[in-house]
Amino acid sequence: MLTAEERREIEIKLADYPNKQAMSIESMLIVQRHRGWVSDESLGDLSELLGLSVADLDGVATFYNLIRRRPVGRHVAMVCDSVSCWIMGGERIRDRLCSRLDTTLGETTADGRFTLLPIVCLGACDHAPAMMIDGKLYEDLDEQRLDEVVARYK
Amino acid sequence: MPTLVSHPDEVKIISRRFGAGAADIEKYLELDGYKAVQMAIEKGAEWVINEMKISGLRGRGGAGFPTGLKWSFVPKQSEKPKYVLVNGDESEPGTCKDHVIFLHDPHSVIEGTMIAGLAIGAKMGFIYLRGEYRYLLKVVEKAVADAYAKGFLGKNIFGKEGVDFDIVTQTGAGAYEVGEESALMESLEGKRGVPRIKPPFPAVVGLYGGPTVINNAETIASAPHILLMGGEAYAKVGSERNGGTRLFGISGHVERPGVYELPMGYNLKKAIYEVAGGVKGGRKLKAVVPGGSSCPVLKADELDVGLDFDQMGKAGTMLGSGGIVVLDETVSIVEFALRTIKFYQHESCGWCIPCREGTDWLKKTLTRFYNGYGNKKDIANIQYLAENMMGRTFCPLGDAAAMPTLGFIKKFREEFEEYLEGHRTEKALITTEEMIGAAH
Ligand SMILES: Cc1cc2nc3c(=O)[nH]c(=O)nc-3n(C[C@H](O)[C@H](O)[C@H](O)COP(=O)(O)O)c2cc1C
Ligand code: SF4
Ligand code: FES
Repeated sequence: MLTAEERREIEIKLADYPNKQAMSIESMLIVQRHRGWVSDESLGDLSELLGLSVADLDGVATFYNLIRRRPVGRHVAMVCDSVSCWIMGGERIRDRLCSRLDTTLGETTADGRFTLLPIVCLGACDHAPAMMIDGKLYEDLDEQRLDEVVARYK
Repeated sequence: MPTLVSHPDEVKIISRRFGAGAADIEKYLELDGYKAVQMAIEKGAEWVINEMKISGLRGRGGAGFPTGLKWSFVPKQSEKPKYVLVNGDESEPGTCKDHVIFLHDPHSVIEGTMIAGLAIGAKMGFIYLRGEYRYLLKVVEKAVADAYAKGFLGKNIFGKEGVDFDIVTQTGAGAYEVGEESALMESLEGKRGVPRIKPPFPAVVGLYGGPTVINNAETIASAPHILLMGGEAYAKVGSERNGGTRLFGISGHVERPGVYELPMGYNLKKAIYEVAGGVKGGRKLKAVVPGGSSCPVLKADELDVGLDFDQMGKAGTMLGSGGIVVLDETVSIVEFALRTIKFYQHESCGWCIPCREGTDWLKKTLTRFYNGYGNKKDIANIQYLAENMMGRTFCPLGDAAAMPTLGFIKKFREEFEEYLEGHRTEKALITTEEMIGAAH
């Protein structure tokens, strides 16, 4: 079941959109902001609300990198693995992050604190290496700065 | 907020309000904001399109199509509503300039959208930001709301009876392919970002079936400046057939990476050695990818070339999206080629076979190669695959993956040969898991 708050946010947005289909991406992102991911149940609820088939919604969900169909930890860290970050030491940042949190890319820490994912170029190439945590961009990372940043997320 | 860089060779037109607090509408107004659109309303669509043509502005999204000409293609009469789309999908690796405009001068994008709307007879514009740029949404949405509050957007804008314009912002959810113009329309309509078959072209049948102009955010943000300074003056700043300036994002192994606004035709070597301070740590330069990761690589002795669409074309590469990536001598070209193709393989929408399968096989072959299990035939195989993708795909992503791959082999064949069977990198082998990319 969608919560009253989720439903309210979707309905407010719907007023700005030309039709319900156009809301497919945004509505899934709204659910995801509340729950971290989009479950089969949520897809079903959205399908009813927007009058779209579950298959269509799932097709959209799986097309876009940022819509998650699996549960995630409390925070999601995405490390850029495209070329500018890579030549500027992106792998060191990735390895440090994995070892500090004792997990690997694509996985969630045992305590459910972090999910780590690779991401394509974040448009911050002149401040490489870069990563994003819960949608916030962190640039010019080195090991020390990475440690400081990660410590902020409990 | 990323720090702004500066160099005396810069000609600040688009960036002239950066760092001046122009996200605030009052500041923007103080700095000539919303004057250009009022001129446009006063003088009419034909004048606008003419000034844009004279300016020599060419699309900053990558293909360099003349903007004035694009606007002139939209039919005057249309039963369906017309639209202006601002492409803020900025996702090509190496490209890092559009978000700076959204952050520092969002009103210039809004004003440019209105000008484009006026020129084509549209009453509505969409600003599309990639999903990862949601952090910019607050800035852009506030700017839009402030423009509405002032009566610059909505009905009877600037108090002019019957002149209406609305702007809606929408974000995607992460997909490079959505930067392709028709895929972006699909995404705005809430669908998978798979491109449409052309023709019909967007200027005739675009968003929701209406005639649509789609431009890169920087292209759009250039429009107000062009009207203010005049098309002719703007054209003079640049080089032949390449008017004005553009924002270049210089990244990789340079002393002062950043986004610099340089006149079109500015020398690439100077951009790297003077503007961006030269190669980091005094190391040797090995190669430059000059316009985003889909552009064929240039070697160190090929950099004496002007940064415009034509000169870069003559040099066998492209100006692309203005993202210059500098590689020093420590970079393995084989690994760089692999990382490049990995991106395209992951971001291919999968609709057509040469791209979907081609990028996948290129990635597999390059991975094997990098890991020291390649043989001489693999080099030919990579070339064969890439050549057979070229021009055989629905959208340019296939070419965007094939072109740099061919460039790496053409320019650095000896390095590929060093990796032949038996070669072992000092670094760990790349595992298949590592090559899987963003899991979700
Ligand atoms: C795979 C692919 C990705 C693209 N990504 C972008 C992008 O992120 N931003 C952009 O402005 N143009 C992008 N383009 C180019 C657009 O299709 C289109 O040409 C451009 O937005 C037109 O605007 P312009 O004439 O102002 O350059 C992309 C093209 C392709 C084929
Ligand atoms: S070239 Fe690639 S991205 Fe473009 S339509 Fe074909 S499969 Fe999709
Ligand atoms: S390559 Fe990492 S932000 Fe562009």
